[in-house]
Amino acid sequence: MSARVVIAEDLHLLREGLVHLLRAHGFEVVAAVESGPELLKALTGERPDVAVVDVRLPPTFTDEGLQAALAARRAVPGLPVLVLSQHVEQLYARELLADGSGAIGYLLKDRVFNAEQFVDAVRRVAAGGTAMDPEVIAKLLASTARHEPLAALTPREREVLELMAEGRSNAAISQRLFLSESAVGKHTASIFTKLDLAPSDDDNRRVLAVLAYLNAVRS
Amino acid sequence: MRRYAVATARSLSLGLLALTDVVLTVVVVLMIVLSFALGLVFLFPPGTRMLRRRTALARRLSGRWLGREIGPSYLPPPPPVRRQPDGWYRHDRQLYKTPRVPEWNNRWKWMFGDPATWRDLLWVTLNPLLGAALLLPVIAIGYAVPTARQGHPVALLLGLMAVAATAAAPWLLRFYGWWNEMLLGPTAKSLLASRIHSLNQAHLETADSQAAELRRIERDLHDGAQARLVAIGMTLGAVEALVETDPTAAKALLGKAREASSTALTELRGLVRGIHPPVLSERGLGDAVRALALDSPLEVKVTVDLKTRPEPPVESAAYFSVSELLTNAVRHGGADRVWIDISNRGKTLRITVTDDGSGGADPARGSGLRGIERRLAAFDGVLAISSPPGGPTIVTVDLPHALVWEDDSDKRAQMPKWKWAIVGLGYGLAWLPLFPQGIVTAIMKIIENENKSWFYILYLPEPVQWPLIIFNIALGIAMYGAAVLIPIQHSRERWMAEATPRRLWLHR
Repeated sequence: MSARVVIAEDLHLLREGLVHLLRAHGFEVVAAVESGPELLKALTGERPDVAVVDVRLPPTFTDEGLQAALAARRAVPGLPVLVLSQHVEQLYARELLADGSGAIGYLLKDRVFNAEQFVDAVRRVAAGGTAMDPEVIAKLLASTARHEPLAALTPREREVLELMAEGRSNAAISQRLFLSESAVGKHTASIFTKLDLAPSDDDNRRVLAVLAYLNAVRS
Repeated sequence: MRRYAVATARSLSLGLLALTDVVLTVVVVLMIVLSFALGLVFLFPPGTRMLRRRTALARRLSGRWLGREIGPSYLPPPPPVRRQPDGWYRHDRQLYKTPRVPEWNNRWKWMFGDPATWRDLLWVTLNPLLGAALLLPVIAIGYAVPTARQGHPVALLLGLMAVAATAAAPWLLRFYGWWNEMLLGPTAKSLLASRIHSLNQAHLETADSQAAELRRIERDLHDGAQARLVAIGMTLGAVEALVETDPTAAKALLGKAREASSTALTELRGLVRGIHPPVLSERGLGDAVRALALDSPLEVKVTVDLKTRPEPPVESAAYFSVSELLTNAVRHGGADRVWIDISNRGKTLRITVTDDGSGGADPARGSGLRGIERRLAAFDGVLAISSPPGGPTIVTVDLPHALVWEDDSDKRAQMPKWKWAIVGLGYGLAWLPLFPQGIVTAIMKIIENENKSWFYILYLPEPVQWPLIIFNIALGIAMYGAAVLIPIQHSRERWMAEATPRRLWLHR
């Protein structure tokens, strides 16, 4: 059975493009809306397997989409939402991750250009994982790099942590960094010890733990 | 006791200083007379400058000793003479090779045409007289003490006078301060002139920095996104040509085009952030500053206490000021921690940025701080810096009238109860003396109606009747007048404030 998707995007061309793209990859688009209130109704009414949401939507053209997504997730905990935006902000990433139930994506709109990666991200979010834009992760790490535990990481471990935080599995990380999977496993274990986190098999919880940790450093 | 001693000492020094003004007056008047009578015009500016130096001292002392801060009352100085494109300097219809003569002419006119110069002169001329008055307590003491030593019987009287004069010393000083303020203080005209001058300055600087900003944006767009779009278009053209004959090469080119579009987007994003950060329009100042704090490598703590959003232009100025201050803290201050506090005092938006860096920030040297000042000047904003060497650096930004929706008029607008009572009394009872006991009684009297009814005046003896009728009519009118005028008078200030446009941004 194919995954059911709700799409919220106010630009007609982009909305149609997303619909075509996701349909072509075997998703069932149950609703494609263009404003915040419509989105909230679709999310709570349709209960899709995943939602692809633009941050800026009518009527106010502020962060309407984000607010609707957050409201829907309060009503339906763990509702998978992939947020798209022209710009990424740590602030928004933290708000999205704050409830700790995962199934969150936050990507730049540019990432849609690479259909494979984008669809992969949608699938990951639908499965309850995370998909964070590399730019968010880079900002997170850059601004927290001076803090003690992160400073202890080796450059290679930081690379692994970055990919991990994006929501990638060990297999994907090993492919990216041209390492064996066991080597990646060793790195992650070392990261966990250095960051004082209990190791866990669960991909998703692992990433959340990392982000929660990054969050905690700040507040 | 101490108070009187201090007052006496001050009046003594001010009095002696004032006596020396006799010399100054003679010299200055001589210089002015010479400059007009004999045409020695070059004597006028130095004479005026001497005057101004003396009155500047008087203003300073007035602030320090008399508790009366007096600002300079002069019109803004003339702008420097500009060199014309042909290399000459112009004054009226004459051309000069150097700016010296036109500058001198302008300065001369400025000094001569400024009423403050003549007020200064009047002050200096009359000041010795007041100085003598200031010396009264000391003179009285000076007479009393020796006579008392001699045991003269008048000593008692003189002593009493000395005590009285000493007791009056603070009053003397107060009067002297008032006199200073009257002649040396800024007039409404000079205040307006300097206000216009500073507004003009701010206006020019804003226009200038806006133009520079636009040029930068144009350059960035031209060299960045625009160039990349051209490249993408060309690549797509090549793809079109290749797609049939060489699909693999076409595919590679398409990949390249996609990459270029991605880079163009990244550049545009950076540009947009520099023009108006998206978080600012999406969330407002508080969250935008929080986002800034999150992206900063320092540990930044942000407290925001705002009930309403400032006007968008002000918000933007405030945001970029904070951004610049944060950058400064990172780059120059060597700070680890920064505290940002955003709050309001009435309609004023106040931002305080404190860091634990090494301090020593100086707006005169840092172009960043100068830029912030320029940005804020457009909104009448003020930048205050406290940055002793060794830190901490505290920068305070005040933006008046930033929060138009903040209602602070309530406190002032509330009329005191007694005024309300008068208004109520006026509206409630003014009819009574005015009509039945005033006008109607008058009519009854004129037509000589015998029916006295309840018109009490008609029961009184004849001679007081007319005066009382007129008094009653006047009383009624006065009561109505008071009822109408008191609230108007009271809210005049607020009306004036509301009548002047404060909105910077009209929502379309």
